[in-house]
Amino acid sequence: MRVRQCKGFRDLSPQEMGRFRFIAQAFRDCCFGWGFSEVRTPTLEYLHLFTATGTLTPGMLGRVYSFLDWDGWSGQRVVLRPDGTIPVARFYIDNLAGKGLAKLFYLANIFRFEETGEEARERWQGGVELIGVSSPLADVELTVMALEVLSRVGVSGVGLRLSHAGIIRSLLSRLGLSPREQARVFDQILDGDSEALAEIKSRRPRLGKALAALLELRGDSSAALKEVKALFDHGLPEITPHMDNMISVAELLEAVGCRYQIDIASGRGFEYYTGVIFELYKDGRKLGGGGRYDALIPLMGGGDIPASGFALYLDPLMDLVTPEASSRPQARRVLIRTEPKVIGRGFDIARRLREAGCVAELQLEGQEPADFGWLLELKDKAPFFVLTDRARQQRFELKDADGVLELVGGEDVA
Amino acid sequence: MGKMSLKIALPKGRLLAETAALLKRAGWGLEEYREKTRLYRLHSETIPGLFAKVFHERDIPIQVAIGNYDLGICGLDWVEELLAKYPSSAVEKVKDLGYGAGVLHLVASKANGAPASMDEVSSLAGGIRIASEYPNLAESLALNLRLRQFSIFPLWGGAEVYPPESADLALVPGRKRQRLFDYGLASLGEVQRYSAFLIANKDRWQSKDLGELASSLETALAAGDLRLPAAEVAKEPVALKARRAGDVAGDTVRLALPDGHQQQPTLDLLNKAGIEITDYPSPQGNRRPLINLDGVTVKVIRPQDMPLQVANGNFDLAITGRDWLREHLYQFPSSPASEISDLGFGKVRIVAVVSQDMAVSDIYGLRQLIGEESKSLRVASEYVNIADKYARDNHLGGYRIVPTWGATEAFLPEDADLLIENTQTGRTIAKHKLKIIDTLGQSSACLVASARGEASPGKRARMDSLINSLRMAVEDV
Repeated sequence: MRVRQCKGFRDLSPQEMGRFRFIAQAFRDCCFGWGFSEVRTPTLEYLHLFTATGTLTPGMLGRVYSFLDWDGWSGQRVVLRPDGTIPVARFYIDNLAGKGLAKLFYLANIFRFEETGEEARERWQGGVELIGVSSPLADVELTVMALEVLSRVGVSGVGLRLSHAGIIRSLLSRLGLSPREQARVFDQILDGDSEALAEIKSRRPRLGKALAALLELRGDSSAALKEVKALFDHGLPEITPHMDNMISVAELLEAVGCRYQIDIASGRGFEYYTGVIFELYKDGRKLGGGGRYDALIPLMGGGDIPASGFALYLDPLMDLVTPEASSRPQARRVLIRTEPKVIGRGFDIARRLREAGCVAELQLEGQEPADFGWLLELKDKAPFFVLTDRARQQRFELKDADGVLELVGGEDVA
Repeated sequence: MGKMSLKIALPKGRLLAETAALLKRAGWGLEEYREKTRLYRLHSETIPGLFAKVFHERDIPIQVAIGNYDLGICGLDWVEELLAKYPSSAVEKVKDLGYGAGVLHLVASKANGAPASMDEVSSLAGGIRIASEYPNLAESLALNLRLRQFSIFPLWGGAEVYPPESADLALVPGRKRQRLFDYGLASLGEVQRYSAFLIANKDRWQSKDLGELASSLETALAAGDLRLPAAEVAKEPVALKARRAGDVAGDTVRLALPDGHQQQPTLDLLNKAGIEITDYPSPQGNRRPLINLDGVTVKVIRPQDMPLQVANGNFDLAITGRDWLREHLYQFPSSPASEISDLGFGKVRIVAVVSQDMAVSDIYGLRQLIGEESKSLRVASEYVNIADKYARDNHLGGYRIVPTWGATEAFLPEDADLLIENTQTGRTIAKHKLKIIDTLGQSSACLVASARGEASPGKRARMDSLINSLRMAVEDV
């Protein structure tokens, strides 16, 4: 009986892993360059880490991989990490609380059920969390960082979409709903449910119209935002600080030469956002996104700590990058064929060649010299080493290993 | 109608009478489908190729979803329970049949301090325990109410007796707009309305011509009321009382007694130990009988549910079967629930059972057979974890566990290949043309308590005295 991989999950081939590592490396280099440190959290967490009000929407919680594990007799469910930010926030509270600013990043797989099984249920992402800072400069730094990673891996023509959770929330607060209802409508709007908006329109026409106008707002400058702000200033003073915040971020982005599109309705599923939300996309595919989540750490009991972050999605990016071959060039690959009596020397010289930066393999059945730049034959009597440069079709007979290293390793063997 | 083969899963229990009346009127020719029938397999006398099997209502959406049956009739509550956890299940809700209507309510005690509305539930701090036969619906309700920390206690039955001591909330069936429930509970809101539904396997609904059968039901429904003569309608339950004041005092020993067929031997043992108990077994189904021991309260719950309840500290002592304790410990090896005394009665064997037509005589033969046929084995059992461990330990290849809610013998041979069952005499097994190929172990009634034993000295003394008198009664056979 043939057993295939689970529905909705994928294997990564050597070529795909080459692209994966290329992006991961660029991401890590960039993060280190901006002064961030890497963390890793467990794949399994308690479900209630994610059920706290204001973290993930019920729509998203309905699609997590949760179950009772061997310790589950108390009814406490565990879950395969459905999100990268919340575990890092937990890590911060557990380990770094009270230490002020924290600049953390991670590479992790996240798990979310998707009904058809045609889309990935396990996704890889590189995430960055900037904890303990509330200024618009921090939001802009993160946006610039995300774009820098994309530029390093050679992905161009990336669109930047800007939204603001505070603006939507302050409008909803005008609907006179109970906190639970308000959270529900916010979730529905972020879950992309257009019926929720239609319902508001029928119940509160004026507010519904204002909300619709905001959600439909498109623009590419802080000037556009200022115009909208003027429309709301009289009727909705509570929206002003959020508008001002978004305008500051927009102006800073303009100052560093970042182009963006305003789209208030973006930012689906992540109820923890409180401020600016940004999304990166190319040809209609989302490559990453992030935003400000000042209420998350307080909700998790970690004190009044603001934070923002972003994540880049490795799966769509892997289709867009064309790294230079990740394996070493053929000129640096040596196939070693030894007689049984000198096998020890074979392993010894293979190690020395690898230390010199070469790929050195002892010949196994099925391996052909055609894939290698060099063929080295070890014999138990002179000449002990016979080295063939396959490209130049030259043959060398050598007495010791140093001679081999000198010829193959070139200037690397100092 | 055509000659193709059509399979339908029909309900036992509460929907049987009205479903039988409907099918009779629709002329499906399944005359043997009636109350107290001993037949599980039925062939239509009028529609060629129509085969029906009778299941526990809760098994029907699963059987239809996995494609063992083209059609099924069961309550919408069980369909929604399946879809709440497995939204991509291949179940098509074809037609509301109207009868067997009810509503699942979220209920809590009317006692002070208990939540009085859904909004109050949302604002409760700390862990909230929800007991229900519908654990998946209960979980999605908890998520929608944005409960921060909650535990769902999945139950085999009797959810209404859990609040307030053993659970904060329960999700229980009731009537539309019902406010008050037995045992002093009140509805906090309606969660799911239901009635009998005709359901179909999604793929078959598209590929097979099931429309003619479905519309024959529609015609039969349109022909008039299916309601039964008053005498056959279940009586309105007698209002069952709430707990007495002082029941939940810290020193009180909370004892769980089994419902179902272990009631009489349990009562005999208690009487022998000099313990008097009123209204157990209860003709009205009262789950809070009175006991003549000071500082001891009794609840009657399903024996299947007891180990988990003891582990969670909701009961101090429980009389259940060793089979159910073992089932619990296989799922949760770190659980503190443990056996403290064998009570001797209710002796059964746990056995592996196959059809008499299967040419194997032991588990090694079965393993060889599935190796040769390279197909995956379907293992049906009420003991999901015992069955899973047995299949795993015996390397039964790519097996699948089919959870069942009773009448498991009827699953062989069409809907399962192997059963893990309990048996007293083996007669039921033989009657269904099945045979035992292995014995997994013995089981009998036992007394279960938590190994953590965090009891006050007063409570400890009461527990020890109760345990001792039961032990002496067992030895005095």
